[in-house]
Amino acid sequence: MAETWHGIVRDVLKRHDVRLVTYVPDNVLRPLIEGVEADAFFTAFACTREEEALGIVTGAWMGGTRGIVLMQTSGFATLSNVIASLALPFRVPVAMMVSERGTLGEFNIGQSLVAKTMRPVLDALAIEHHTMTRLDETDFILDRSLVQAYATMAPVCFILSPLLTGGKVFSK
Amino acid sequence: MAVLANHPATRDQAKVMNRYDITLRLVGLLHQDEAVIGGIGYTNFDLWAASAGRQGRRQPNFYMLGSMGLAVPIALGVAIAQPRRKVFALEGDGSILMQLGCLSTVAARRQTNLCIVIMDNGAYQITGGQATAAGQGTDIVGIARASGLAQSAWAADEASFTELAGLALQEDGPWLIGCRIDAGKPADTTERDPARIRDQFMRGLGVRK
Repeated sequence: MAETWHGIVRDVLKRHDVRLVTYVPDNVLRPLIEGVEADAFFTAFACTREEEALGIVTGAWMGGTRGIVLMQTSGFATLSNVIASLALPFRVPVAMMVSERGTLGEFNIGQSLVAKTMRPVLDALAIEHHTMTRLDETDFILDRSLVQAYATMAPVCFILSPLLTGGKVFSK
Repeated sequence: MAVLANHPATRDQAKVMNRYDITLRLVGLLHQDEAVIGGIGYTNFDLWAASAGRQGRRQPNFYMLGSMGLAVPIALGVAIAQPRRKVFALEGDGSILMQLGCLSTVAARRQTNLCIVIMDNGAYQITGGQATAAGQGTDIVGIARASGLAQSAWAADEASFTELAGLALQEDGPWLIGCRIDAGKPADTTERDPARIRDQFMRGLGVRK
């Protein structure tokens, strides 16, 4: 069977002992969510808000368990305060993975507008972020960036481009 | 929950207590190994004040400096990472009203080693005492029960609080204890040094040596 982006993500998370996955669901993330929920290595569950999901991963890291927050672009837009007042000043390496909406065929104007804020916010907060577009780069980007996040105790954000995932396709 | 049957059914029936006094009682019941997460504002300041001791300040305490509403999520994360440790979240009424969904998440996970203590004075005290919805018809213990946290109760008075906190220490949760408190000023101010706070907390949890 051909490798999939979500299969690679799951494998790299395991390699780095990232056991906790908190998320607010998204259609593009669905195969990754199903993959980690079916795997006893992971503790994975839905949260009511992205802030809550980030708070849980922060607490877990301080308690010795690594975690990642999965969300879509609009969810990331709710996070700047808790990144600036919790993850950054306390130096907690929260990993975030964002399914990118708002580009390459978006059909919802709200998504396309809020998406414009994502990279400027990441840059303003000086958070390392990578846009993942190619299957053959997925392992390398994730692997190296997780090493860096834990070594430097800094949050990191992975943006899953529709070029990688196929995105959400317009249908009338 | 027969054991909770003798506790007040609603917020109106609970005695108005003092936050620092209640926090002192809680810290007094704790051993060295429980984790305590202080939300923002005076709840946090009084945890800091109540945790001072002759042998230094209680170590496994975490003090938020912003991220209003995240005391319970942070505590849930610690509880997931360290399932044999009891974890307490201290949160104000204004703060929990900002993040009510986390009560549902805790209930859905049936996190047995977690206890949430709500300090409810019906006001955003630190910003000038503006009224919160609590006390204007919103009953946070009622919300917690409806969220699926069956072991939720108002502390009738100080003795009742001690009894509930003792139960939370001995028996499986998740627990939620509602405390009505007055508008007393906090006894001290938390040191604002996040890197140090986090490092002390992790050492207290044994994650760092």
